[in-house]
Amino acid sequence: MARVELDRVTFRYDDMAMSFTLTIADGECFAVIGPSGAGKTTLISLIAGFDRVLSGRVLIGGRDVTDVAPAARPVTTLFQEHNLFAHLNAAQNIGLGIDPGLKLADDDHGRVSAALARVGLAGLEKRLPRQLSGGQRQRVALARSLVRKRPVLLLDEPFAALGPALRFEMLDLVDELRRSAGLTVVLVSHQPEDARRIAQHGVFIDDGHVAATGAIPDLLDNPPNAALAAYLGIG
Amino acid sequence: MIKPIAIVAGMFIAGMAFPAAAANHQPTLTVYTYSSFVSEWGPGPAIKQAFEADCACELDFVGLEDGVSVLSRLRLEGANTKADVVLGLDTSIMAEARATGLLAPHGVDLDHLALPDAWDDDVFVPFDYGFFAVVYDKTRLADPPTSLDELVNGDPAEKIVIQDPRTSTPGLGLLLWMQKVYGDDAPDAWAKLNARVLTVTKGWSEAYGMFLDGEAPMVLSYTTSPAYHAIVEQEDRFVAAAFTEGHYMQIEVAALVGSAAEPELARRFLRFVVSPGFQSTIPTGNWMYPVIELPEGLPPEFAALPRPAAALLIAPEAVAANRKAWIDAWLEAMSR
Amino acid sequence: MARAAPALLPGIAVLAGLALLVGGALGALLAAAPAGASASLWGDTYLGRVIVFTLWQASLSALISVGMAVAVARALARRAEFPGRDLLLRLFGLPLVIPVIVAVLGMVAVYGQNGMVNRLLAGTGLPTGQFLYGLSGILIAHVFFNMPLAARLLLYAWQSIPGETWRLASQLGMSSGQIFRLIEWPLLRQVIPGVAGLVFMLCFTSFTVVLTLGGGPGGTIIEVAIYQALRLDFDLTRAVTLALIQIALCAAFVGCGLLFARAVSTAPTEGRLLGRPDVASRGGRIADALVIVVAAIIVLLPLVAVIGAGLRGPLVDVLADATLWRAAARSLTIALSAGVLALVLGWAILLTSRELRMRRRRPRAAEAVELSGSLVLVVSPIVLGAGLFVALMPLTDVFSVGLELVIVVNAMMGLPYVIRLLGPPLMRVAEQHDRLCDSLGIAGWNRLGLIEWPALRRPAGLALAVCSALAMGDLGAIALFGTRETATLPLLLYQRMGSYRLDEAAVTALVLVTMCLALFVVIERGMGGRGAR
Repeated sequence: MARVELDRVTFRYDDMAMSFTLTIADGECFAVIGPSGAGKTTLISLIAGFDRVLSGRVLIGGRDVTDVAPAARPVTTLFQEHNLFAHLNAAQNIGLGIDPGLKLADDDHGRVSAALARVGLAGLEKRLPRQLSGGQRQRVALARSLVRKRPVLLLDEPFAALGPALRFEMLDLVDELRRSAGLTVVLVSHQPEDARRIAQHGVFIDDGHVAATGAIPDLLDNPPNAALAAYLGIG
Repeated sequence: MIKPIAIVAGMFIAGMAFPAAAANHQPTLTVYTYSSFVSEWGPGPAIKQAFEADCACELDFVGLEDGVSVLSRLRLEGANTKADVVLGLDTSIMAEARATGLLAPHGVDLDHLALPDAWDDDVFVPFDYGFFAVVYDKTRLADPPTSLDELVNGDPAEKIVIQDPRTSTPGLGLLLWMQKVYGDDAPDAWAKLNARVLTVTKGWSEAYGMFLDGEAPMVLSYTTSPAYHAIVEQEDRFVAAAFTEGHYMQIEVAALVGSAAEPELARRFLRFVVSPGFQSTIPTGNWMYPVIELPEGLPPEFAALPRPAAALLIAPEAVAANRKAWIDAWLEAMSR
Repeated sequence: MARAAPALLPGIAVLAGLALLVGGALGALLAAAPAGASASLWGDTYLGRVIVFTLWQASLSALISVGMAVAVARALARRAEFPGRDLLLRLFGLPLVIPVIVAVLGMVAVYGQNGMVNRLLAGTGLPTGQFLYGLSGILIAHVFFNMPLAARLLLYAWQSIPGETWRLASQLGMSSGQIFRLIEWPLLRQVIPGVAGLVFMLCFTSFTVVLTLGGGPGGTIIEVAIYQALRLDFDLTRAVTLALIQIALCAAFVGCGLLFARAVSTAPTEGRLLGRPDVASRGGRIADALVIVVAAIIVLLPLVAVIGAGLRGPLVDVLADATLWRAAARSLTIALSAGVLALVLGWAILLTSRELRMRRRRPRAAEAVELSGSLVLVVSPIVLGAGLFVALMPLTDVFSVGLELVIVVNAMMGLPYVIRLLGPPLMRVAEQHDRLCDSLGIAGWNRLGLIEWPALRRPAGLALAVCSALAMGDLGAIALFGTRETATLPLLLYQRMGSYRLDEAAVTALVLVTMCLALFVVIERGMGGRGAR
């Protein structure tokens, strides 16, 4: 079970007061859109546990994880960059997802290679991050999230630096993983087409709180308020 | 970045400018000596005042690390040395000093000296002397050694701090003392003494400091050390042990440098050295014995010090010829 | 960016100057050697034993000091805030800079036969021991001198770990041990060889400690043999040959050690401040506290002994004496000049080394440049002093340039610290900002002021403080060039010790230690800018 709920969560970032209340259904892809500085990354951060809420609760799979450390939450997070350790190669970075001490059993190496192949990077086990392109690095990070087998996957604009074709390819991969492994995916993106492509429901964050929520087609085609319309450039 | 460079450059230039600014009308007598001689508690200041009073000159002391450094510096400078007089060599390095060929006969009348043995050297003028001794804390040592032999064969649990003969004058003094008393058996005696040695320090200050801190009840020092504590601190727990074999003597000397810029002034200074004006500063200035009979006599605490049964000395030429071999034997004996 | 060749110039100029100085000094001594056979070196078995012992005690000291320093630095990195942390770090700078003889007597007061430890043991009925005289004494003293500064050097390495790394580590749930193995150790591998090399070189030539605490001449180092050759035997050839052997051995040993330093690629960072995930645990907190307390005790006890001895002495008499303050002023001038000069020279060397490492991709050449700058530490000071004397005599009146010579020699002795402290930050700045600077055309003084200085002012502050304090407490250089009437503070101290005035010497030592501490506080705060810690 991987339903994610934020129950009257509040937070303070610099001098912006934020509050979020939303529910993400189990197994769905949920999009988070909004202008820069609105609080999208903070939202992800609160779900993942890197930031502590001021008040309210965070529930994942029905369990209250408000006070639980990031590693103990059933969550994997992918940021826009810095997802890999610069001094470890691709296989080692993925291996950390299996055991954070890199103590791998014999068949674990096979799992690592399989994950690499799944994201289209077969054979690049020994490459260091600086020897990989930006897109390849993000795919290695995605491969790690595969071996971790956590039910919730948080993505904070992970494919923003990729070209359109590659980005769509990665999004489709994420969608496929979601369906085959039953993951709940929360995707933060600047591009509304990303949401349209793979998300079912979504939320528009503006100025630190939820300004609109609903099914993706409705949100994007019939924005319920002026702010969202202005953001989308409609009307 | 420019500022620090400017500051440093400025300081250099300023520093360089200073010496040029000092002008002098009077002739200057340059004397190389060891630094504790010229410190404010040493005899230096009083001597400078007394000499300058009637010589119409400027007396310039240059303080080097110790007596051996004075000789080293002289050797390094050779004939270009600035020194007119060297003061602070002792009998253990006299032969080498003479062999440099840089010193000249002093021409001073030394008949009235009151040393334990007669002195008839024409190059070196003695200015003070003393005896090495084991100094102990009488509150910590009930049963002090009364001879060198007792020191060597005594209880290993009662420790002594000594100095290294390669880096320290008292250290070399003890080496020569053992050599004089034991001769060819000296290495064996050292091997036995080693059991009582707490540590061998670089210089006298470290050893004496450790002794005063209570690290060991005995230390190698001078017979006059207790006089300091008695006179200045009114403290009488420190006693110099009197050894039946006698004590090794250290005579400190001064000499005229051959290439002196002011030879007459230098000779005048050397005459001054054996006069009461200089010698009266020695007992409580340098904590050694004066080489002449002082008109006012010695301070009472000095008179109370034990006078050695015999004043032991190895001839300077013998020291120069054998020192390396003796030190090597010492190193070998102490490593056993 | 200007043509690359000029960028190599500063360091090469400085190294050439150093080579000229050292080479000139050694050469002058050799030339002045009286004709005649000098004692043969090659058949000398005693010398063989001396070399072995020198290497052995230096290696052991470096190993133990750096090992402990790693533990201490880690604990300090994890506990970033606790009352007294700043003061403790400043105090860590002291052991290395106070005159050796003062420190040795401080150690005697703590670990000696009649010291605090033995008195405590005797008081509680436990058996007392003799651990200060012998190899153990040498090691204890070397750890006291070197572990604290090594810990500060390593702490800088920790502070260079980007915040994003901790975010990743908390996501993966890495335990403390895993963090050490996978994140911290790879970084340490980069820094430890340099730090250990510096400690090795210091212990290699640690004359007074080995001689005074060694227990006997069974433990003797090459420097003592040089001392004997030059002073007593006046065997100049032997002295110079031994000095060259000393330099060669150190270069070989430390150079090999540097081969183990692996350059670790550091990812650019946004500079986010994120906390380590492993600091909250109770076990971790207790372990860190224990390590920090033990380190503090090791450093503080001898310092407390020195301060205590000073406070017990004739404070008023000594402090009222104008000679003391004149000497203090002179010491301060020399200290600051030497410190600034060392900083400038060291920076020049590092600019060249960085150029080699970053743009020309020749890390081995860069290491060689840095090592050459650091090797001046192992040039025997007595040989250097005597050689400079002989070399300069025909050119100028040596006494009149005595002050400048002292400043130059002290600056040379401070070079290795500048290289160790400023090196890693300089490299990091280049790694992060070279491309941006090149593309925007920021170069030369602009680059220095806008880009480099903000990142470097803190380590530069520490480097300046260390070099100045070292020069403040230095006895060697000033003793070599003779004194006129005005002494420096350490010389005054030494004179007092040599005249039975040990309690006055203790007060002088107290003033010296206080001034060194003040140098650290003032310089680090002043140069470190807001928030300097």
